Amino acid sequence: MEKLKYALFTGCTAKQSTPEQMMSTMAVAEKLGIELVELTEASCCGASHLQDYDDFLSLVLNARNIAYAEKHGLTMVTICNTCQLNTAMTKHRLDNNEELKAKVNEKLAEVGLEYKGTSDVTHFLYAIIDDFGLDKLKEMVVTPLSQFNIAPFYGCHNIRPSELQNETHKTAENPYNPTSLDDLIIACGGETVDYDEKNKCCGFHVELQAPHTAAVLTGNAIAGAMDGNADWMVTPCPLCHLKLDTQTAHASEAIGREVELPVLHMQQMVGLALGCTPAELGLNHHLAKVDFV
Amino acid sequence: MSTEHKITTQKVNFKVFRFNADEDYLPYYENYDMEVTSEEVVLDILNRIKWDHDGSFSYRRSCRHGICGTCAIKVNGRSTLACKESMNDMVELFGNELVIEPLSKKRAVKDMIIDKGDFWEKHAAVTPYLVADIDENPESENLVSPEDAEKLDEADLCIQCGACHYACPAVEINEDFFGPAAFAAAYRFSADVRDNSTSRLADVNEEKQGVWDCVKCFECAEACPKEINPIGKITKLHQMAFQEGIAKNNVAVRHAVGFKKSIMKNGVLDEGGLVLYSEGPAIVKHIPVAFKMFTKGKIVPPWGITKSQNLDEIQKLVKSSSTVKF
Ligand code: SF4
Ligand code: SF4
Ligand code: FES
Repeated sequence: MEKLKYALFTGCTAKQSTPEQMMSTMAVAEKLGIELVELTEASCCGASHLQDYDDFLSLVLNARNIAYAEKHGLTMVTICNTCQLNTAMTKHRLDNNEELKAKVNEKLAEVGLEYKGTSDVTHFLYAIIDDFGLDKLKEMVVTPLSQFNIAPFYGCHNIRPSELQNETHKTAENPYNPTSLDDLIIACGGETVDYDEKNKCCGFHVELQAPHTAAVLTGNAIAGAMDGNADWMVTPCPLCHLKLDTQTAHASEAIGREVELPVLHMQQMVGLALGCTPAELGLNHHLAKVDFV
Repeated sequence: MSTEHKITTQKVNFKVFRFNADEDYLPYYENYDMEVTSEEVVLDILNRIKWDHDGSFSYRRSCRHGICGTCAIKVNGRSTLACKESMNDMVELFGNELVIEPLSKKRAVKDMIIDKGDFWEKHAAVTPYLVADIDENPESENLVSPEDAEKLDEADLCIQCGACHYACPAVEINEDFFGPAAFAAAYRFSADVRDNSTSRLADVNEEKQGVWDCVKCFECAEACPKEINPIGKITKLHQMAFQEGIAKNNVAVRHAVGFKKSIMKNGVLDEGGLVLYSEGPAIVKHIPVAFKMFTKGKIVPPWGITKSQNLDEIQKLVKSSSTVKF
C-alpha cells in the first residue's frame, strides 16, 4: 500500500485544552506509517458558533482552510467532530452552489487563494477505518485491550446530519446505531459496551448558556456507560472528551448521582493497543484519572 | 428485461410498547412475531397488531399519505411516519428485531397515543401566523417573487408531526425550551417578506427557552420526515437576530461574537479568553474546574497560544468578509 498522507487540520482544542489529543494523534500516525502535514496556516472553524453570527465569514474562513489542503494536493483530515462538521458542511455548500463558491473565491482572491473543491475532508477515525483498514490495524495490535469493557461515545457531529457525513466517509453510519467506533474497539481487542447514550449529545455547545441542560446530558452519558459496566469511555471528539472528563462534578450534581469514568481519545485507545507508552499518549493530562495503565 | 415485481416476505419480531393510563401503573412491552412483506409500511404492522392480535391496541393515523402528521412513532428509537416508512427499509437499518414505541414514552396516554399538549403550546407561543396589515380592498394580488418564496427554505412544508420535538434532548431536559418545530414555524413566518411581526424574533431569542439553548445535536434534522432541517432554521434565526439588531448582550450572544474576536486576534481560538469574554465577571464560577485543568496541563495561557501562520491573511479576510456587526 502506498503511504497514506493527509493534511492535518488540528482545530484549536488539540493545541490548547487537550494537548494529549495532539500527542496521541502524532504517535498513532507514526505507528501506522501515516504522514500528517499540519496545516499551520489554518484558522478556527468557527465551531458552529461563528456560523450563528456570520455565515458568510465562516464560509470564507473554512474555504480558506480547505484551500490550503488543496495546495498540498491532500485530503484534509480533522481530529474533532465539530471541525469535521463545519468543514464538511462548507465543502458541501460550495461544491453544490457555483454562485456561492464564486462569491467566496472573490474574497479568497484578495489573499491570493482559491477554493477549487479538489480535496476531500475526513475525520481521522474514518481515515483509519476507510483508508488504513481495520484488518491491517488488527494485525498491528501488540497489546490487545482484551481485559477492558470500553464504552464508545460517538459525538453528534460525526454521525449527524447523516446525509452529509455519509457523503464524506465511506463507512456509512446509521446515526441510530453507529458502528465505526465499536468496530475500532473490537479491532483493538476490547469489548464494546452497548448503551442508549452512546450516540447522544454531550451538551458541550451550551455549557455556558444552558449549564443545566449541558450537565444533565453529560451526566446521563457517563451514567449510561457506567451502568453498561464500562471500565472507560472512548470518543473521537475532543469537545466530548472535555465535557465528559472535566465536568463530572456539575454532571453528578445535575443528575443526583456520582458519575466519573476515564474518557480516552480514540487515538489514545489505538495508541495503547499499538504499544505506545502512556507518556507518548499524554494519559496524564486527564482529570478523571487513567489508572489502568 | 422483466418488469415483474417480486414481493418478498421475512419474519420480524416486534417488541411493542403498551400502556393504558387508565389501567396500568407502568408500561410494558408485548412481543408479536409476524411475516412481513416487502410491500408493507410500518402502519400496516400497527393495523395488523390491532386487527389480528389485540383490538385494544391504540395509535393515531388519518391521511395515510404522509401529510397529516398524526401517525409519527419511534422504531428502534428513530422517529418515523408510520404511513410513509417502508418495512424493508426498517429491517435493512435495524435487522429483524424492531422496537415500536410512541414518540414520547413519558407522554404516553394509550400505547402509541401521546399527549401533544406541550408541542401545541410551544407552537402557539411563537406567533405561528403572518402578521401583516391587510388592505381589505386590494386592487391587485399581493405577489411574492420566487426568490422571496425560496427564503422560506421549505419551512412551510412542516406537517406538525412532532417527530423533531420529541427527539430533541433540550426539550426533554428543559420544559420551557420552545423546541425545533416551534422554531421552524417561527422561521417560516419571520422569513416571509409579507410578515411585519415585531415580537416573534425577540420571543424566540429569549434566554432559557429560545434558540440559544439548542445543543446543536442535529437530532431534529435527522428525525424530520419532511427534511425540513429544523436546526438549519435555528441557525438562521440566530443570524436574523444579529442582522436585525435584536441580539441581546448575553452570554450566548457574546459566545458567538467572541469567536470572531478571537479569530481576528490569533487565527485560532483563545479558549480561555473566549470564556472570559462570554461570561464576564461570572467567570469566577469556572475557577475550580479551570484550576484542576491547569494542574493537568489542559489550559494554555494567552501568551502560550500558537497563532495561525499567515495571520495577516485571516485578518484581512475577517475585515473584508464580515457581514454582521454586534
Ligand atoms: S439540534 Fe437543537 S433543536 Fe434540534 S434536536 Fe438538537 S437541541 Fe433540539
Ligand atoms: S419540522 Fe419536520 S419533524 Fe418537526 S414537526 Fe415539522 S414535519 Fe415534523
Ligand atoms: S397518517 Fe397522516 S402522516 Fe401518516
